Amino acid sequence: MFDITIIGGGVVGCLIGRELSRCQARVLLVEKDSEVANGTTKANSAIVHAGFDCKPGTLKGKFNVEGNAMFDRVCGELSVPFKRNGSLVVAFSEEELPELYNLEKKGKQNGVPGLELLSGDEVRKREPHLSKTIVEALYAPTGGIVAPWDLAIAAAENAMDNGMELRVDTEVIGIERIDGGYRLQTDTGEAIETRVVINCAGLYSDRIHNMVSEPCFKIIPRRGEYFVLDKSEGNHVSHTIFQCPTPNGKGVLISPSVHGNLIVGPNAEQVETVEHVETTAAGLKSVREAATKSSPDVAYAAVITSFAGLRSTPDTGDFIIGEAKDAPGFFDVAGIESPGLTSAPAIAVHVAGLVRAYLGNPASKADFNPVRRPVLHFSHLPNEAKAAWIQKDPRYGRIVCRCESITEGEIVDAIHRNAGATTVDGIKRRLRPGMGRCQGGFCGPRVVEILSRELNIPLTAVRKDRPASVLLTGPTKTVEGE
Amino acid sequence: MNTYEIIVVGGGPAGLAAAIEAHKSGARNILVLERDRELGGILMQCIHNGFGLHIFKEELTGPEYAERFIRELESLGIEYRLDTMVLEVRDDRTVDIISAKHGFETLQAKAVVLAMGCRERTRGAINIPGTRPAGVYSAGAAQRFVNMEGFMVGKRVVVLGSGDIGLIMARRMTLEGAKVLAVAEILPYSGGLTRNIVQCLDDYDIPLYLSHTVTNIEGRDRVEGVTIAKVDENRQPIPGTEIHYECDTLLLSVGLIPENELSKSAGIQLDRVTGGPIVNESMETSVPGIFACGNVVQVHDLVDWVTEESRKAGHNAARYALGKLSELAADLATKAGQGIRYVVPHTIRVANLEKEVDLMMRVTDPFKNKYLVVRHDGAIVKKAKKAHLTPGEMESIKIPVEKLKGLTGELTVCLEEVAHEA
Repeated sequence: MFDITIIGGGVVGCLIGRELSRCQARVLLVEKDSEVANGTTKANSAIVHAGFDCKPGTLKGKFNVEGNAMFDRVCGELSVPFKRNGSLVVAFSEEELPELYNLEKKGKQNGVPGLELLSGDEVRKREPHLSKTIVEALYAPTGGIVAPWDLAIAAAENAMDNGMELRVDTEVIGIERIDGGYRLQTDTGEAIETRVVINCAGLYSDRIHNMVSEPCFKIIPRRGEYFVLDKSEGNHVSHTIFQCPTPNGKGVLISPSVHGNLIVGPNAEQVETVEHVETTAAGLKSVREAATKSSPDVAYAAVITSFAGLRSTPDTGDFIIGEAKDAPGFFDVAGIESPGLTSAPAIAVHVAGLVRAYLGNPASKADFNPVRRPVLHFSHLPNEAKAAWIQKDPRYGRIVCRCESITEGEIVDAIHRNAGATTVDGIKRRLRPGMGRCQGGFCGPRVVEILSRELNIPLTAVRKDRPASVLLTGPTKTVEGE
Repeated sequence: MNTYEIIVVGGGPAGLAAAIEAHKSGARNILVLERDRELGGILMQCIHNGFGLHIFKEELTGPEYAERFIRELESLGIEYRLDTMVLEVRDDRTVDIISAKHGFETLQAKAVVLAMGCRERTRGAINIPGTRPAGVYSAGAAQRFVNMEGFMVGKRVVVLGSGDIGLIMARRMTLEGAKVLAVAEILPYSGGLTRNIVQCLDDYDIPLYLSHTVTNIEGRDRVEGVTIAKVDENRQPIPGTEIHYECDTLLLSVGLIPENELSKSAGIQLDRVTGGPIVNESMETSVPGIFACGNVVQVHDLVDWVTEESRKAGHNAARYALGKLSELAADLATKAGQGIRYVVPHTIRVANLEKEVDLMMRVTDPFKNKYLVVRHDGAIVKKAKKAHLTPGEMESIKIPVEKLKGLTGELTVCLEEVAHEA
């Protein structure tokens, strides 16, 4: 029997797994997809919010500011690129100023450090590509950028380095109470027995909750669509540029990404089911129109991809965190919409505390190692170091992705690490082959080949991301006797 | 530091022809660098025929065409390295390379020939609304899976773009038992060769929808359907014209872009229209001693033209390395006039011409019955009558050196009405 089973390998589940791997307990993470970080975590704005938007006194407000302050340490330990580039909320008219001042006020109540109001001219001095119509802006130096999938993958890996177990391609389809805990039925046929269940199922968290507890919340998927631009446009702005928020959300932002691209989005549209991850012509058009208000000269000719992600918006208005009233040992961590990524490290510490208390405070591991072995970025190495690495392992001398200069050695390492890559998109997310200008046209077949060889599966079993996303449908015609 | 007379970056058709010709022109100590496991470049996955009609006066497959050059390269004893990636080329003609076998090295050359080829454009794919499932391939990636690895990428296929690779793959997938439902081309004409439209689509009853584009992709895990629609003159989909296909694959063949990351790192000036280096009559770039040829300069329709252009680059790289190329300022600059999208080469130093200059160009739109005219200061230098002109087929016009002697300034290439001269 497991002590703790976490359902869902998004950034929240993975960080909770890492916190719980600090204590002497048997921890399991189950993920329905083939990879962790394959849902909302892979498709959002990738922003570490300062924390001025949230209503003071809410869980969102508390965990946003706490979580933000933890990013330097957590990302440092996990070798995850993170940058405090600062954020600006811009107001385009006098009418918007009360809302801007209200943000400043809420920010101060939430304890956001360093907030500053800037004149329109001062804003344009710092960000020359911003609109002439901006009259004033709220500057928050603690705003940051991070790749959320990097953080989730790194947290899962570090948790496994410290003893956590992971089952991918495993969907929980039923939960029953048993003596001293729960039995999880899965689509693989395996039944998992566990003392504690932590529901981190994101868009599916209401369904998971309802398997054991009285329905008390609903997740309403809200879609956001984005553009990603080539690195040539990555310096268009240096801060994350927000507009004044509306009841629908924080609005369309323009931001550099931590990997040097430019990201523009999202809109916000309620969709009927959690399967609606498609982009729409109308949605992308609305994103572009809204962003043009902030910066009229974004070079959309340099767009390299567009995508849509779903927010897990709860009908309760705030994060849902804690033990279910009618199901002892079943903890919900649900409705983690924005600022969920920012809040995740703080939520993880909080939830780990609740769970450890429930389990009678198991002792901490003396040998817990919070530091993840850094990922080698071969192309960033000085020439002498490159030569040394190739001598040690010739696979570092074979470049697979020429746009981003990624070597076979790096790809093999990404597959064999704990919580390693099992799919083409998993490799892409970890190392970025296929995220460059050719979008995988050249390196795609090579990556498929390496995955097949290293995972010891046939080429036809290699998938793009989800369990059924097969890439090759079968062999070509063969001549009889050959 | 290892030094070479000539380093050729890329072992595809361009690099092979350049290296061989450099050797024939007297250069020794030549090195060809190839990132793949074998020489031949993209030809090795082009197993259809139609290569070599101009150079060898016979129809060869891609690998057969490459094989002739590889044999010649080997018989001349020209050194080449496989599985070797060039990381950087500098304007002092030093070249950083890495390979599993030799690690990291910096080499010095007297002359460098850039022959990196091109890559597929992905732009057509990025603004298609819908999901991002498995089953969306660039035509070239699909070609590699089918022809090199022996695996099918799908069973029911829609192709976006009528570039040559897309047309070839429509036929290839059909021959392998897949059903190709349609080819959609956003322009009112195809960007592919006429012979490919006939031999790859018409012969297999595959419909080509001109002025159509893909407006939606469906499917969460694997492609389940694709919608195409007619577009107006601004290339915007016209509501009500949608055609929906149930399919598991979308192939993209929406053009090729010269691969010039290394050229940029060397500080070489690029032409915004071709996407390739600005070159002179000798196929030398804006950096002295660095030459370029093949699809890295301009995307060609036929490998035969790549071979011709690359022989010129190899020959002149040898002349440069042997101190036989004049490094004077250019006498003439070429200019794309009415109806012409671009002209290669961009500048001409008449003193370096041995017999003639071959101007290569593409037209802006399809035309019928026009004169292709080269003018200097208003005067006609050369003129050729063309019955059909289309952006998908490269045009060329040769001007003998005698006609250029003493000229300076601009040479303008343009299309003119036949009636004017009649």
